[in-house]
Amino acid sequence: MTLSLQKPRSRHAARISFLLALSLAWSAVSGAAEVGKPLPDPQGFAFDRTWPSTRGKVVLVDFWASWCGPCKKSFPSLEALHQRYKAKGLVVVGVSVDEDPAAMVRFLKQHAVSFPTVRDKNQKFVQTAKIAAMPTSLLVDRRGTIRFVNSGFKGSESEAAMRQQIEQLLGGAK
Amino acid sequence: MNACRIRVLGLSLLLPTTYLLTGCTAVEPWQRGKLAEYGMRADRDPLADSLSEHVYFSREAAFGGRSIGGGGCGCN
Repeated sequence: MTLSLQKPRSRHAARISFLLALSLAWSAVSGAAEVGKPLPDPQGFAFDRTWPSTRGKVVLVDFWASWCGPCKKSFPSLEALHQRYKAKGLVVVGVSVDEDPAAMVRFLKQHAVSFPTVRDKNQKFVQTAKIAAMPTSLLVDRRGTIRFVNSGFKGSESEAAMRQQIEQLLGGAK
Repeated sequence: MNACRIRVLGLSLLLPTTYLLTGCTAVEPWQRGKLAEYGMRADRDPLADSLSEHVYFSREAAFGGRSIGGGGCGCN
């Protein structure tokens, strides 16, 4: 008799635990940069350099840091993409998440690139985009919607994937 | 009365546990600058590494797996 009275209560507790776990899991993943979501408006964040004009352009936003090995490897590929597609309407923006501005400057001296780079001063922009790995490149269409997310950098495989997506968004530009 | 006590006990355990769990947090990918520093590497000091390696393979008869095996005699 006692057991039969306890059962619904334990079921109730299990249901509450499940909902709690679900809400925790949801809070962990919600807000992440995903395909189909808009890119957070950069104008609302603090950068130590001016965010380039991206109105009506296809934008490749790359989150990187001076301490991140794969970011270093990704820079030549990003530069190549910038050189290849800038005339066709692509803007590459490097967003450094370095806490130390001097570290970013040192890195850029060693790995010079011609695309614009800014530093996310208080890491609020990256926090809002909630990327899953370093580096992460978000390809944003002309309307500001994220159309492709490249997490991490796997050499030519990543470059080819980004190139394919860029060409699609630029309307078949080669 | 008993059920009431159990409930109070349960709550008194649940609240501190919840409080402690909130102290666990994931280090986000963009917050790993300090962890990526050279000083955080296990193999940051090659000399100390080779010395401790020597001590291990000389003294540990069962030690191996790093291409050198010692007999435990300390004579290597």
